[in-house]
Amino acid sequence: MEETENQNIKDSANSTDNEYGTHSFKDFQFKNDDEEIDENNKGTTFDLISLKKKFRLSEFLAEKIITSVAFLSIAIIILIFIFVFRETMPIFFNKADKKTNVENVNKPEEIKQERYVLEDTEKSEEVKPERYGEATDNYSFLEKGRETSLKSETAGHEGTISISNLLGMEWQPVSNNPRYGLLPLFLGTLKLTIIAILFAAPIAILAALFTSSFAPNWLREIIKPSIELLAGFPSVVIGFFALMVMASFFQDLFGYSTRLNAFVGGVAMSLAAIPIIYTVTEDALTAVPNTYKEASLALGASRWQTAFFVTLPAATPGVFAAILLGIGRVFGETMIALMATGNAAIVSANPFDSVRALSATIGAEMAEVVFGDTHYSVLFLIGSLLFLFTFFLNIIAEFYVRGKLVKRFQGAES
Amino acid sequence: MDKRKLIDTTVISITGLMALSIIVIILIIMIVIIIGGKNYLTWEFLTSSPQEGMTKGGIFPALYGTVLLVIIMSIAAVPFGTITAIYLSEYANPKSKIAKTIRFAVRTLSGVPAIIFGLFGLGFFIKFIGAGLDNSLYGGELKWGQPNILWASLTMSLLTLPVVIVSVEEAIRTVPIDMREASLALGATKWQTIRKVVIPGSLTGIMTGTILAVSRGAGEIAPILFTGAAYYLAHLPTSLSDQFMNLGYHIYIMSSQSANVDETLPIQFATTLILLVLTFSLNLLAILLRSRIRNKSVK
Repeated sequence: MEETENQNIKDSANSTDNEYGTHSFKDFQFKNDDEEIDENNKGTTFDLISLKKKFRLSEFLAEKIITSVAFLSIAIIILIFIFVFRETMPIFFNKADKKTNVENVNKPEEIKQERYVLEDTEKSEEVKPERYGEATDNYSFLEKGRETSLKSETAGHEGTISISNLLGMEWQPVSNNPRYGLLPLFLGTLKLTIIAILFAAPIAILAALFTSSFAPNWLREIIKPSIELLAGFPSVVIGFFALMVMASFFQDLFGYSTRLNAFVGGVAMSLAAIPIIYTVTEDALTAVPNTYKEASLALGASRWQTAFFVTLPAATPGVFAAILLGIGRVFGETMIALMATGNAAIVSANPFDSVRALSATIGAEMAEVVFGDTHYSVLFLIGSLLFLFTFFLNIIAEFYVRGKLVKRFQGAES
Repeated sequence: MDKRKLIDTTVISITGLMALSIIVIILIIMIVIIIGGKNYLTWEFLTSSPQEGMTKGGIFPALYGTVLLVIIMSIAAVPFGTITAIYLSEYANPKSKIAKTIRFAVRTLSGVPAIIFGLFGLGFFIKFIGAGLDNSLYGGELKWGQPNILWASLTMSLLTLPVVIVSVEEAIRTVPIDMREASLALGATKWQTIRKVVIPGSLTGIMTGTILAVSRGAGEIAPILFTGAAYYLAHLPTSLSDQFMNLGYHIYIMSSQSANVDETLPIQFATTLILLVLTFSLNLLAILLRSRIRNKSVK
């Protein structure tokens, strides 16, 4: 039963091997109905129409309702696609924006009013302290910047949403000349991901190898639930730990100047990635047929040689999938990025510089932004990119890797 | 021969060390947070509101908001998740395209970053449904078209839906086929069998799913950042259209956004401790329940 452990990540990887299958169930149902009809029609000739299932409203309704509810998951995915992209649309269709610009330029008073109303939409009571807090961030100039941002946007709007602006190297969404360069954010996220995976992957894979190949049963029963518990740690708790404890510890250790940087963030994120990588790798390793290991041991290989040169290579696609899923997790991780990376969009190869991740940018700026303006749309664009990225990672992990793994072992098991 | 054995032991020890290091990290995190927060943790801390600009007082509103959030979230996520699981295990042919697509959607949903759910909640619930409701029912007056606890809970329920589906499906599969067959043989219909045999048989699994979902929902912050969580509220939320305070959001704001971080450090640690204890015990409970289900199915 061990392969059904750790439902969350691999969830229904082996869901298709439904032990009893639905077929048998359906057959029974059919027979059941048959007999019933048979009884009703005792003595009469057996015509084809009477073989039909008897119509029952409750059965029919239950099946239809359950089926339609099951489609909800698909619907949600599609809705996420539609609605996250919908908000990015203004970027791609400049026309609408220009139109409002012209209006805005013509009636400057109206802009102010509109803005005022928009601000009112958020409860001013709650928003104020948030802004106050934001001043400690790297965006202390935002406050003043925001006041003028709308005017400036109306002035120099045409340039703000061009592709070259989006591909620029500067992320300064709130200034007289707003620049929405996504590259520094993307590179920052990449840097974080690399650091996190460099830490998480070896630890998680070796630990998985240990539990699946070497560990005695009682130890396995301790390690696996512990890692499940780590998976259950809220990311805000890990972020808090990184911010308060790890950052100071690493600063003392390495003596760098910026306390919060990509290294601290990456290490913290590796804590979020370890459970995923571990679980999926462990599943892949336990799926390797015992005959492989026995053959290797019989040929005189030692235990570690068997584990490293037979079991691990046989499970490569699974390990690859595990790393992909880990990357997806780190790429989208928001709270740790927000709390432990420093949030300054600096482009450099130095791991001890601050970075600003894509996800953290959304988290930090969405609450500050005026609904419907360019900055807002750009944040949604970032969200769409994140969504697409993780979506494709999932697809790769799903179809390519799982398919390969299944093919590889099918011959061995028969 | 000895050398060979030595290498074998060394390599195995290294892998064992890695596994051990994960456990050590977990212990360190827990111990540090317990030591940092235990002195400030009193009954008053749990039952009083923040005072003097959040530098003193307790976290009751945040606790209350979190509990409210997970309750509304469970009401939305558990029935839908359970029904989807029933469809996948009872009605769908596991080889059919539809079942495969639904499974893929569920897996994708569990891989979508939490912040994307937040964006979706903002774009769909608040700006589409909420604003639509306002325009049609309240003549444009702002009531639902703004962040509130209902939209935050629904957003969170999307995030926790896969958790419920996976746990419940696993539990349903442990209900022995014999019991279903016995029920059908006695003349019960399929729906009756599901209602009277399958669901009661997998109640523990539904509970496990709910617990896991609650623990996840209590810990995630990203989806509620801009769909309803508030920094500070003088009053507890009384209607679904109110904003709310949240434990995790409280920690985030106090530790990285507030002006006097050092002054409130004990409060932050204590709040983190509460959140950690909450999620930790829920997860532990879920793990125990699940191992019970598995043992039962082995027998």
